[in-house]
Amino acid sequence: MRHLTQFINSLFLAELFKGLSVTGKYLFKKKITVQYPEEKTPQSFRFRGLHALRRYANGEERCIACKLCEAICPALAISIESEERNDGTRRTKSYDIDLTKCIFCGFCEESCPVDSIVETRIFEYHGEERGDLLMTKEKLLAVGDKYEQQIAADRAQDAPYR
Amino acid sequence: MLDLILSIYEIPVINILVKIIVILVPLLLTVAYFTYAERKIIGYMQVRIGPNRVGPRGWLQPIADAMKLMFKEIIFPSGANKVLFTIAPTLAIATALAAWAVVPFGSQMVLADLNVALLYILAMTSIGVYGVILAGWSSNSKYAIMSTLRTAAQVVSYEIAMGFALVGVVMAARSLNIGEIVEGQSGSIWGWYMWPLLPLFVIYFISGVAETNRAPFDVAEGESEIVAGFHVEYSGILFAIFFLAEYANMILISIMAALLFMGGWLSPFEGVSFLGLGSSFLAASSIVWLLAKTAIFMFLFLWFRATFPRYRYDQIMRLGWKVFIPVTIVWIYVIGIMYYMQIAPWFVKG
Repeated sequence: MRHLTQFINSLFLAELFKGLSVTGKYLFKKKITVQYPEEKTPQSFRFRGLHALRRYANGEERCIACKLCEAICPALAISIESEERNDGTRRTKSYDIDLTKCIFCGFCEESCPVDSIVETRIFEYHGEERGDLLMTKEKLLAVGDKYEQQIAADRAQDAPYR
Repeated sequence: MLDLILSIYEIPVINILVKIIVILVPLLLTVAYFTYAERKIIGYMQVRIGPNRVGPRGWLQPIADAMKLMFKEIIFPSGANKVLFTIAPTLAIATALAAWAVVPFGSQMVLADLNVALLYILAMTSIGVYGVILAGWSSNSKYAIMSTLRTAAQVVSYEIAMGFALVGVVMAARSLNIGEIVEGQSGSIWGWYMWPLLPLFVIYFISGVAETNRAPFDVAEGESEIVAGFHVEYSGILFAIFFLAEYANMILISIMAALLFMGGWLSPFEGVSFLGLGSSFLAASSIVWLLAKTAIFMFLFLWFRATFPRYRYDQIMRLGWKVFIPVTIVWIYVIGIMYYMQIAPWFVKG
């Protein structure tokens, strides 16, 4: 009996008509496309985009060259060189992130004991020449300085969960 | 002046050329906008909106695509046979367009009123597969040759089922002339051959989908395993020509389904007494009905593509040889019996 119904179903293309009815219904459903440059999807405060190096309110850079981010980076995108500054503290001589290697996992941000390296909400950036996506310490600090307000607000929102 | 134009039009060569242009220009425009419709409709079925950037609502998208393909470089793969490589798309498009010579658009609107029009169309679509085979062979590429093998086997298999389905139509109409086949369906909507030949109608259309290598029978293209099949190595205008041939063939299959099974240019309101529809302008035969019916089948092509996953190769072969061919042969016998019983309105000896 089961074989018979199966035979009849396949002979009269029952399953195929079922499939056609599904796609036929979807033809008239409301479309969910977000028309990107004009419309944008909401972003989380935990969005992991372009990196930035932050400073304290007094202008002192936060990074203490502990190299935890360099150690944890799974893509080996971060390379840091440290030196002793004139006042005897340990600071970075260079802090490079190769964005072409970076996988935006956010481990560097999580590992940072002083909230220095962070990932911002910025994702609409590009490089026009070779080396444009190699972020040096100056570029990272510049990003941090420019977007400090947004970065601080996002950290404050995330604070209860950390 | 008008007399001069008319006298020039009377010259047979000019006359035929004008008719060819009148058929081909709308056909190529339809092909262009069929690709647009495909992207829109499949997009809608996937809850997207499809192309909408070039021109208002994306209406200029096919033009932009054509321009892009025209200006792109044609790359000849190293080791490719250049002559065959360029002949292949030519063969594909030539047969796809030549088949349109015998397609009637009205009782008098036909370029070549052949007595064996149906055979001619079958012949043309069969030769079309040589374009695919040559393309795969001359590309000097593994994927292309694999796709060629698949296409050749698939198209040959489904041609048999399709041929048998058309034998049913020929038996019912007792003619190979498409105009006469359509006239044989006149009277009312119940005179259309889709009713007594329903299994053949379904098999004809599904075989048509397989013949044109469209989803769900598009193993010839099989992106997931053989990249793009026989046209992997093609670029620029040569690729565009393959594309054009494929869509022209799809429209041909659609218009043939409308002509052979759904009464072509005959109105569905013919002979209806309800509300006097049968005597109103709606009951008149016209090209509009033919195009509307064709549009239904063209939409089905897209609907199938949005719905069905690709058949596995052995399933395609099983369906063609072990399902379609037996069903068509049985139904040819049934038609014989219906003739013997003189079942009205189709099988009454005139």
